Amino acid sequence: MGNPMKIRAAVKDGVTEVKILMQHEMETGLRKEADGTLVPAWFITEVKAQYQGRTVLETQFGQSVSKNPYLLFRFKGGAAGEKITVSWVDNKGDTRSDEVSIAG
Amino acid sequence: MNMEIDLQRRKALKTGGGVGLLALFGALGLLQSGVALAEWNKTAFSAKTMDDALNALGVIVPENGAASIQLSVPEIAENGSVVPVTVASTLADVEQITIFVDKNPNVLAANFTLPKGTEAYITTRVKMGQTANVIALVKAGGKFYRTSKEVKVTAGGCGG
Repeated sequence: MGNPMKIRAAVKDGVTEVKILMQHEMETGLRKEADGTLVPAWFITEVKAQYQGRTVLETQFGQSVSKNPYLLFRFKGGAAGEKITVSWVDNKGDTRSDEVSIAG
Repeated sequence: MNMEIDLQRRKALKTGGGVGLLALFGALGLLQSGVALAEWNKTAFSAKTMDDALNALGVIVPENGAASIQLSVPEIAENGSVVPVTVASTLADVEQITIFVDKNPNVLAANFTLPKGTEAYITTRVKMGQTANVIALVKAGGKFYRTSKEVKVTAGGCGG
């Protein structure tokens, strides 16, 4: 199980803005250790955000996304107190899911 | 003389094979985008060139999106390992936003599928190994649009 995400969601003028900070190494598979051995690829491949059980963003990542990936997106609707769930899966099959309430 | 001809023939065969493979990747990309959103597009994310990546995503010839896509990147990135990228669009019915870095070993960085009601506004951060173009591709109303901006990288993000 991966490390927890930091998620912030706030609604303003009928639009909810969601900011996500994931904790993940995002190894490209191209980096070498000091002794020359290749560090195997290890990165988040998919991120999904759901609002009240409805998908509001579906993401596919590659190796070029930075360590500890950051994501910001906006969707129409949302009310204070309602739930946003974000989950990711990486190329080793590890997953993480976190939930946050929308701030007013 | 004979050897020369033979070499040319080999080259032609090689090129022909390449084109066939690209067409196959293109067809796979089209199928995947039509069938499932959840399936990670391995072919596209393994692509080493923009042409291969676009093919794998089922993009034929994107239109010029310079006016309809707002791509925000720093002009100079002192740290190539964390380069902020924002893609927004004024186009109606944006279904997909895709970010590429054309000189990275794997050119496709991230692909976002936007259901109805999600706005065409995405920010993320990418790694850049060297000075390169960040390319934004937007799919709206079934059509693809593309724009790009150069980011000068003073310290690459893929070293040890």
